Amino acid sequence: MSHVPAIGAAVDLGKTGEPYWQPLFAGFEFSKQWIADEKPDVIFLVYNDHATAFGLDNIPTFAIGCAEEFEIADEGWGARPVPVVKGAPDLAWHVRQSVIQDDFDLTTVNEMKVDHGLTVPLTLMYGQPEAWPCLVIPFAVNVIVYPPPSGRRCYLLGKAIRRAIESFDDDLSVQVWGTGGMSHQLQGPRAGLINQEFDRKFLDELVDNPDELANVPHIDYMRDAGSEGIELVMWLIMRGALDNKVKEVHRHYHVPASNTAVGHIILENLRP
Amino acid sequence: MALDKPYKDIPGTTVFDSDMARLGYHLNQFCMTLMKAENRERFLADERAYLDEWPMTGEQMQAVLDRDYNALLKLGANVYYFGKLFFTDKISFQKGASLMAGMSEEEYLAMMVSGGRSPEGNRYIGEKDDG
Repeated sequence: MSHVPAIGAAVDLGKTGEPYWQPLFAGFEFSKQWIADEKPDVIFLVYNDHATAFGLDNIPTFAIGCAEEFEIADEGWGARPVPVVKGAPDLAWHVRQSVIQDDFDLTTVNEMKVDHGLTVPLTLMYGQPEAWPCLVIPFAVNVIVYPPPSGRRCYLLGKAIRRAIESFDDDLSVQVWGTGGMSHQLQGPRAGLINQEFDRKFLDELVDNPDELANVPHIDYMRDAGSEGIELVMWLIMRGALDNKVKEVHRHYHVPASNTAVGHIILENLRP
Repeated sequence: MALDKPYKDIPGTTVFDSDMARLGYHLNQFCMTLMKAENRERFLADERAYLDEWPMTGEQMQAVLDRDYNALLKLGANVYYFGKLFFTDKISFQKGASLMAGMSEEEYLAMMVSGGRSPEGNRYIGEKDDG
């Protein structure tokens, strides 16, 4: 699902019922009920940091947050008024060890503030609770300093994350979220680019044909879905963590939220 | 052998690759400091003096002072970094994007509400005169 900062601001400022925002939030009503029923213990939340925790001094391609908690960052307008994010260190350290042994060289992070990339998806799914009703493992992907990891790399990493989570001893309910996207460009004279056809095809392929979707090169995302549309590779980590065949539980697509096309899809394995 | 950079012919777009990140290193790291309220205040109180603390080029410094975002892109700044300048100036990301697009905020908002900028004619440099 998408993570537009203005979505967070709309919730924080009580504007979700306004005509501009209402259709966007309406598409998450189903999802809020769904997650209230599912009650996951842990969200493995694949997202990107926006030059908040990671500047140009450190640029990890994949970073797993293993801390007990993650503070909310001040991105330049004060920290969002949302609860602190509680980590799942036992599982995170376990996943780290398993995935690195599986040939994906993650960066391990224990001090990290989290920005709208992580908190807006939580807000969309949980609204405005006193405390988040789940633990979160932040998994940050570099999609800002070119090149991001390839779609194929992300897809295969998702499979390694699945193996890691399944080999954890405790019986936890874990969801994997892929966030960012969909088509958008925030920079330069081409700012405002949206490609609904690309986005809808991406969602279709994500469900039924992920192995082929993983072959789409970076240039196709950037040219057709905007320079920031490349964030969509993160969705392939989520998809890799699921079975080849999945059930589409819910889909929502809306244009615009500020500069961005917003997409949201819930997929489940056929056998839980 | 040169690296393949197929993104050079996307119109109105600067891809923040290794070349740009190297060029804009200090410029972007300056932007990072604007995530602290006290730094935002100190910057706004005397922008030139604050910028002098960073080993950036005169051209980069002038583009910051002018808030010339399209120039900043060419000089190695990335939008998520100079987005912190938007926040320091208390303008929205949407307003910042409209300035880079050369549109009024109202025109830009109207374009987005009607589905955004079409990719048709906007995929390759020279595909269309008004890019």
